[in-house]
Amino acid sequence: MLDTKQIGWSREEMAQKVGLDIPGGSYVNLGIGIPELVADFVPNDREVIYQTENGLLGMGKAPLKEDEDRELVNAGKKCITAISGASYFHHADSFAMIRGGHIDICVLGAMQVSKNGDLANWNTGAKDSIPSVGGAMDLVAGVKRIFVITQHTTKKGLPKIINDCTFPLTGKNVVERIYTNLAIIDVKEDGLFIIELAPNVDFDFVQRHTEATLFQYEKNKH
Amino acid sequence: MIDKKVSSLERAVSEIFDGSTVMIGGFGEAGSPIELIHALIDKGAKDLTVVSNNTGSGHIGLAALIENKQVKKMVCSFPRTANSMVFPELYRAGEIELELVPQGTLAERIRAGGAGIPAFFTPTSVNTPLADGKESRIINGVENVLEYAIKADYSLVKCHKADRYGNLIYHTTARNFGPIMCSAANVSIVQTKKIVEVGELNPEEIITPGIFVKKVVEITNPAHESELVANQIKYPC
Repeated sequence: MLDTKQIGWSREEMAQKVGLDIPGGSYVNLGIGIPELVADFVPNDREVIYQTENGLLGMGKAPLKEDEDRELVNAGKKCITAISGASYFHHADSFAMIRGGHIDICVLGAMQVSKNGDLANWNTGAKDSIPSVGGAMDLVAGVKRIFVITQHTTKKGLPKIINDCTFPLTGKNVVERIYTNLAIIDVKEDGLFIIELAPNVDFDFVQRHTEATLFQYEKNKH
Repeated sequence: MIDKKVSSLERAVSEIFDGSTVMIGGFGEAGSPIELIHALIDKGAKDLTVVSNNTGSGHIGLAALIENKQVKKMVCSFPRTANSMVFPELYRAGEIELELVPQGTLAERIRAGGAGIPAFFTPTSVNTPLADGKESRIINGVENVLEYAIKADYSLVKCHKADRYGNLIYHTTARNFGPIMCSAANVSIVQTKKIVEVGELNPEEIITPGIFVKKVVEITNPAHESELVANQIKYPC
C-alpha cells in the first residue's frame, strides 16, 4: 500500500481545519504532536483558553530561548509561557477539570480509530514496548468533545481508520470527528461520514485507504 | 516551638527504610526533587516502591535511584520519556515491576490517600487493558472501575518557598504532584529554594498548609535535570 502522507493537506493545513472548528470561549486541551499546532490556527478574534494537564490553565506560546523556564512546561515537557490571567494548580485539580467534564474540546493524535469512534493511541501492545498512557484515558473519558488529528494511513500505507481497533483501546466510542490529510470525517451512530475532502482527493480514493465503510453527506445537507 | 527545618539532606532522608513506599514529585524535570533523591541514593534504602509520574532521565535523579537497584516497583503513568534509558532496560529484563496508572487516576488515587478516602469509582480506563481484573459498577448508566487510594511512607517534594511550619508555595508548573503527595505520605520531606520567616507567606497564597509537611530542607540552588543530562552527569559519580 501507498503511504498517503504526501497527498492532501499538510500537517499545518490539518491543524488549521481543526483550529477553525474551535469556538470562541472554549477551554481546550491539545495533545502532543500535530495537535500542538492547532493553537496557531484558531482565528485571533476568538478567545480560547488552553489547559495543559500538568497544571496550567492559560497556556501561551513557546518562549524565546533566553526566557525559557525549565519548570514551566506543557504536557510534552516543552517550555511554554503562561498568558496574562493564567492559573497554576496541582494534578488532582487539573484532572478534576478533565474528568469532571469542564474541558470543552480535546484534540488528540491516534494510532487507530474504529468505525464506532473507539480510539487507540497509547500502546501497540508489542512485547518489548514500554506501555505509557499519561492522561489520554482520562481525557477521552472526561472531555466533552474529542477530535482526532492524524495521518490517514500508517507509514506502511495501512489504514488507521478501521472496523475494530487491533491495538489496546484508550477509550470506547469517544471520538467525535477525525481530521486526516485526506478528509474530515464525522463519527455518527450510523457510521463514518465524510464532511470535507482534501483538494484533488475524491471519495473513492479515501475509501480505498480506509478499512471502515465511509458515507458521504448528501449535498446541501451541511 | 514547631520547627520542621532540618539542617541537611542526609538528615532529611535518614529514616527511609528498606521496603518503603516513596512518592516522588515532579513531571519530568519540573518539580523533581533531585537533591533529595540523590540523598536517598546515598542512604541506600532498598526494595522501594516508588510512585512518580515518570521514571527519570539520563543517569541522575529518579533514573539513578532505579539504576542503583533500589527500586523494586514503579507506579507511574508515563515511564517512556525522552532520555529515559534506565527503566526501559530493567523493565525489558524483568528486573523491575511496573504498575501503569492513567495520569488522572494516579493523581486522584494519591489525593484520595491523603484525604482518607479508601477507594473510588471512575470511568477512566473502562474497556481498556488497564481495567482488567478491577471491580466495575454501573453508576447512572455509566460503567466505572474501582480504584484504590495510594498512601506512602514518605514523599519527596520540591517547592519554591517554605517556612518552619511547613507551609509551602511552588513555582509555576513545578507544583504538579507536590501538594497531593505531601498529604498522602506519612512523612513528607520537602526541599525548598528558600526558607522564610513564619508570617512572610501570605495565608491567602499558601498552596500546601504546613500540617501536610514533616521536614523542610533548604537547597538554594537546585540542579536542573536537563543540564545534568545534557552534560552526561551520572550519580553517584
